[in-house]
Amino acid sequence: MTWSFAVREFRYWLTNYRRTWRGSIYSSMLNPLLYLGAMGIGLGTLVDAHGTARLGGLSYLAFLAPGLLAAAAMQAGVEESTYPVLGSVKWRRTYYAATASPLRPADLFHGHLMFTVMRLTMNSAIFLAVMAAFGAIASPWALAALPAAVLTGLAFAAPVEAWAITVTKDASFALIFRFGMIPLFLFSGTFFPITQLPAWLRPLAYLTPLWHGVALCRSLTLGTASAGGALAHVIYLAAVAAVSIAAGNRSYRRRLYV
Amino acid sequence: MPAPDVLIRARGLAKSFGGAVAVAGIDFDLHRGEAFGFLGPNGAGKSSTMRMIGCVSPPSGGELTILGLDPVADGPAIRARLGVVPQEDTLDVELTVRENLLIYGRYFGLPREVIAERTARLLEFVQLTDRAADQVDPLSGGMKRRLTIARSLINEPEILLLDEPTTGLDPQARHAVWDRLYRLKQQGVTLVLTTHYMDEAEQLCDRLVVMDRGKIAAEGSPRDLIGRYSTPEVLELRFDPAEHQQAADKLAELASPPGADGGAPALGPARPAQALAERLEVLADRVLLYTRDGDAALAAARGLGLEPVTFLVRRSTLEDVFLRLTGRQLED
Repeated sequence: MTWSFAVREFRYWLTNYRRTWRGSIYSSMLNPLLYLGAMGIGLGTLVDAHGTARLGGLSYLAFLAPGLLAAAAMQAGVEESTYPVLGSVKWRRTYYAATASPLRPADLFHGHLMFTVMRLTMNSAIFLAVMAAFGAIASPWALAALPAAVLTGLAFAAPVEAWAITVTKDASFALIFRFGMIPLFLFSGTFFPITQLPAWLRPLAYLTPLWHGVALCRSLTLGTASAGGALAHVIYLAAVAAVSIAAGNRSYRRRLYV
Repeated sequence: MPAPDVLIRARGLAKSFGGAVAVAGIDFDLHRGEAFGFLGPNGAGKSSTMRMIGCVSPPSGGELTILGLDPVADGPAIRARLGVVPQEDTLDVELTVRENLLIYGRYFGLPREVIAERTARLLEFVQLTDRAADQVDPLSGGMKRRLTIARSLINEPEILLLDEPTTGLDPQARHAVWDRLYRLKQQGVTLVLTTHYMDEAEQLCDRLVVMDRGKIAAEGSPRDLIGRYSTPEVLELRFDPAEHQQAADKLAELASPPGADGGAPALGPARPAQALAERLEVLADRVLLYTRDGDAALAAARGLGLEPVTFLVRRSTLEDVFLRLTGRQLED
């Protein structure tokens, strides 16, 4: 019963998405093309010319690409969980329409997360295809980087969505983009190994879900994953998602049932 | 156990938000097939009551039973049998008219063929058939309201809840909505509506309660309430501002008992027929005489040597009842 209610909300988002899916596919192709072209090849040629011993002898492109894959999943997860959620409760008010049906607040939350997972899967699959085209994939384990990237995105989407339903102004989102997403993007091992960070900052990086996502995706596209290491990352990311879903069940209810 | 035809039963129903009391303990029964109205000024607690009935707002106190079920425990089961027309439109304006009904039908778990069949029928009913494939955004306010009504009927509800269904619509659109609601009533749909439009309540409601500050101030049919709390007719007199107060003082003689000024009138049965006005109300710009016979009262006023600038004899309406019960002060 519970699932079928959430699926009804998922299908609402699908119907809505029918109008915009083409554009969204172009932009999910453009993003990796630009980043891998500019940083992987443009900057990468410079980096590689100076030797990449600190990257373990990898080309910069091969090092960077999986990091960007995880970071793009984070970004897509956060975007999907901010404006669409506030819009549903404040501008279009469609959440109020749905709460007058048998659906409960948690069903709306889960239905939207299902849609987010679908979008993350599409985005990450396109990203991986572009990576393959750039020759940035070194192992067939890269196939497992798809669910890994989706899990990374979900570990951001779930907490952000649980919080976004409590927000009343979209200005709040600018704060988490600027002070949350951008620092994570830059300092979670995406562009350089976090061993380059000052020693006191490293534990902080280990706490961020993005570092786990980057490390996991990288170990898979390079084929260097160890079972124990990969499992630890998966457990960490899944735990963040699970705790956030529990919190979101509560925050959705508090916002929509007053 | 409530009687089988009681669809909603409330006893001591209360709702507060933090310290603010929105509904301060109300009792009512809703019977199958009737059109029941909550009438009251803004902030009287009407919408809070509707949200509790809609199972999206847990009561803070008292009892509430809807279709024999508990709104907190059985919300989904109750909502499956309700239709809701909210105060503000909640249509998805980027989708088409038909898609809005499709989405909503799916929310109720209806199969596609059933939704398609009902969509055709409901769009016909609200006269939007030719707009079925159009986006909702450019539709007029009245069309959006009608679409919202169609949407609320997709699950063939046993009770239709309407929260201020015509607020913000122009007169043509209001009449179109009333016409549809009246037809639903004829078809036996049980209606619960809130309104602050007296004409709406008189047109649509078999029975209503007047709410004020979270409480029920009066209950009955529109005719019943007018009989109890007002007179058959009202004479409205407007004088030259310079003579206004003087005229009002003189007119007080027509009202019985002498000296009653409408400030705090006692509620009760009609007074003896010899009184030309049962009650007098002095407003900033007008004097209102509540009377059995407006023309006789006007003649009597002229007999006192008073000549109003303008006058109006009219039948008493629910508005007179409403203003008497809830006062003329603006509610914030």
